[in-house]
Amino acid sequence: MKFGVIQFPGSNCDQDAYYAIRDVLEQPVEYIWHQESDVRNYDCVILPGGFSYGDYLRTGAIARFSPVMNAVQEFAERGGLVIGICNGFQILCEAHLLPGALLTNNTLRFRCKYVHLRVENDSSSFTHLCRRGQVLRIPIAHHSGCYYCETETLKELEDNDRILLRYCDKDGNVTEEANPNGSVSNIAGIINAHGNVAGMMPHPERAVEELLGSTDGILILRSIVERLA
Amino acid sequence: MPKANVYVTLKPSLLDAQGKVVQGALEKLGYTNVSNVRIGKYIQLEIQGDGNLEQQVDEMCRKLLANPVIEDYRFEIEK
Repeated sequence: MKFGVIQFPGSNCDQDAYYAIRDVLEQPVEYIWHQESDVRNYDCVILPGGFSYGDYLRTGAIARFSPVMNAVQEFAERGGLVIGICNGFQILCEAHLLPGALLTNNTLRFRCKYVHLRVENDSSSFTHLCRRGQVLRIPIAHHSGCYYCETETLKELEDNDRILLRYCDKDGNVTEEANPNGSVSNIAGIINAHGNVAGMMPHPERAVEELLGSTDGILILRSIVERLA
Repeated sequence: MPKANVYVTLKPSLLDAQGKVVQGALEKLGYTNVSNVRIGKYIQLEIQGDGNLEQQVDEMCRKLLANPVIEDYRFEIEK
């Protein structure tokens, strides 16, 4: 089993993701430069957080045309596991591997803090070690994390159990006050129709050691490992 | 050389957080008669060729310059 962490110009959570996989989960992992045209050697590809291409035009808009994204597209079509975290989520939406888009936070503030997340789907490749309704504590750090999709898309996500995580309070109540960015229906993470491509704004790779304040991110990352095992 | 002026705006149904803040600032300056401030992008580009430039620019908008999920666009070409 091998993880690949894509490095776009401007990625800045690539090393955190690499560290979490190699040192915490003790799994093989390599960096993938954005100019690569093949990712077939990997079992799971991670699109990390950051500000790829300076977030020019729109977040993720330029990165989606990186050569590696063609390879990621093919990899995803063949069923490979792909997870986009923060900027990675934005890139996957721009690349139409996930529906919807991420808008500027409704507060207009860069939100950098721990949030509570309610697990909505506990059978996906990315969350099966959690239990439905479980509250995770994982940090966010973004300026454009307001998930938006049209009403029909939202219904499709809800009807097919494609919402992985929702922002909630510490007791698991999904409220407006617990929504840090104005996301529709408090959505923090989703999967595609085939269940092999996930996107989430919170950073599981930043919640993998007690020293960091939480280890809940391990549940997400280890779910992937166990699904691939 | 022909020039294209492209205007990209958030769909009217979406909250424009920037516009809201700017409107608040205008109100503080005394312009209490201002409403519905929306902020968009203006992209200017020069384009060569005698093919169907309208079609090309439209394609650029759909592929890259605008995200149809959240944005509308319009453009004009000055020949």
